[in-house]
Amino acid sequence: MAGSATAGAQALAKGSEPAPSPPRSLEPVHSRVRLRVNGTDHDLEVDTRTSLLDALREHLHLTGTKKGCDHGQCGACTIMVDGQRINSCLTLAVMHEGDAITTIEGLGTPDKLHPMQAAFISHDGYQCGYCTPGQICSAVAVLEEIGQGIPSHVTADISAAPSLSADEIRERMSGNICRCGAYSNIIEAITEVAGRRA
Amino acid sequence: MIPFTYERPGSPAEAAAAAAKPGAKLIAGGTNLLDLMKLEIETPVHLVDVNGLALDTIEATGDGGLRIGALVSNTDLAADARVRRDYAVLSRALVSGASGQLRNKATTAGNLLQRTRCPYFYDTAQPCNKRSPGSGCSAIGGMTRQLAIIGASEACIATHPSDMAVALRVLDAEIETLSGEGTTRRIPMAEFHRLPGDTPEIETALNAGNLITAVILPRPVPGRHVYRKVRDRASYAFALVSVAAIIEDGGRGRVALGGVAHKPWRVEAAESELARGARATTARLLEGARPSRDNAFKITLVERTLDAILSDARGAQ
Ligand SMILES: Cc1cc2nc3c(=O)[nH]c(=O)nc-3n(C[C@H](O)[C@H](O)[C@H](O)COP(=O)(O)OP(=O)(O)OC[C@H]3O[C@@H](n4cnc5c(N)ncnc54)[C@H](O)[C@@H]3O)c2cc1C
Ligand code: SF4
Ligand code: FES
Ligand code: FES
Repeated sequence: MAGSATAGAQALAKGSEPAPSPPRSLEPVHSRVRLRVNGTDHDLEVDTRTSLLDALREHLHLTGTKKGCDHGQCGACTIMVDGQRINSCLTLAVMHEGDAITTIEGLGTPDKLHPMQAAFISHDGYQCGYCTPGQICSAVAVLEEIGQGIPSHVTADISAAPSLSADEIRERMSGNICRCGAYSNIIEAITEVAGRRA
Repeated sequence: MIPFTYERPGSPAEAAAAAAKPGAKLIAGGTNLLDLMKLEIETPVHLVDVNGLALDTIEATGDGGLRIGALVSNTDLAADARVRRDYAVLSRALVSGASGQLRNKATTAGNLLQRTRCPYFYDTAQPCNKRSPGSGCSAIGGMTRQLAIIGASEACIATHPSDMAVALRVLDAEIETLSGEGTTRRIPMAEFHRLPGDTPEIETALNAGNLITAVILPRPVPGRHVYRKVRDRASYAFALVSVAAIIEDGGRGRVALGGVAHKPWRVEAAESELARGARATTARLLEGARPSRDNAFKITLVERTLDAILSDARGAQ
């Protein structure tokens, strides 16, 4: 279909003419997007359907971020966007023009581990390791969220500042499933890093 | 997922006009829409991304309430100091839902418009009147444990899955919308979500292309604000039953239920029974309920959850 390439090129233009009149166009639509990942800009041309997760893994070959369920149900794809943790499977790459994205590769490297990575190693916070990058990104964000005073389901007094308790950490980590059941070691790793911070 | 074009409009008016076109759909956090698009339950050919619109602030209104922008995230809304102090039932409902990651993306408008979690709605191999009108309802006579016990129809017995909406119902919030032609409306929460009737595919009072611009909270309702959610695991699960309540000294108050109907369930007349206790209130609230064998437990669960709330409130006095 001749029109689709043009539609793609215009896709990001403000107020561009939308919706092809036949309600079902079956040709893929492409669009350009600039992603700032771990401090480096990348200009990509992606199918508009590309999730941020697939853009990271398939286009940028940053395979640290994992795909578990692809439906927001497991947390394996957790990354940080503008400082907030999100599930990268439930957002589109084209929605992140110019956003600052941090993946597990940007948190630390084998020679220069992030304290949370080091704590997961010393506490055996994993078995197969598949959920681990998501767990670690989430854990780093959890400590920031508690620091910012964001309440959780287990915060007893919702108008007071939440504490760094194991209960708080456990509740806030519930969006990261571990099929190997490494939960208790994960909580120990996070508690250790939290203790160093507090 | 089927292919689609994508645009980021520069103003709410442009967004509403774009969303009114056939086959177009608004996208905010994307946490429900993209899930459903991957399964081709939703098949828009054009996405209108509202994230660039400046609808992400919470402001005091002239009459002592709050105006919550449609794009305020579930995290930011739950964490707002005014909401935690004056509308704690809303903060509590929000933090009981989904996960930290999802709440960071989920928006106020998107949360209201999230679609049912009926397992047959999600299973595209099965008939479902909500997904394909006229095809039949696979849930009736099927697995109904999670489904509605009241207000359902021969066409659909789904429930509305939002926790936030139950709190907004008990707070008498209003939804502010903008149409493609530029007219604004304010819809009370009581009228926002519909019962399924013969058209379960029509879930709200919105028309095609209506953009939600804000949710308005009236001045705070005094009393003890509670949200209790009962579910199959302690976190990261939808409600079997939830109870949002505001209880004043002396046992008067308001109550709304989640997990029992196609909309947040509130019967104002039942609230006069609150001083008489959970049994009397539940009997009035769920009068006319038609549960199945598999979900009749929800009636008991509502009564016991409400009883726990009322006795906590008495204990705190
Ligand atoms: C694993 C999982 C668990 C969950 N658990 C819970 C839970 O326990 N409790 C709970 O309440 N929720 C739960 N959710 C649902 C979650 O709360 C919703 O997905 C979220 O609130 C939707 O918001 P969004 O901004 O991402 O919406 P989107 O997905 O962007 O949009 C949803 C709908 O709203 C429409 N829309 C968005 N913005 C506007 C606007 N401004 N005006 C008009 N229409 C608009 C879209 O067109 C779409 O139809 C869960 C979700 C997942 C994936
Ligand atoms: S209950 Fe409603 S959503 Fe579920 S299968 Fe029946 S029609 Fe579909
Ligand atoms: S892959 Fe994103 S939550 Fe499972
Ligand atoms: S370590 Fe295997 S899934 Fe968590």
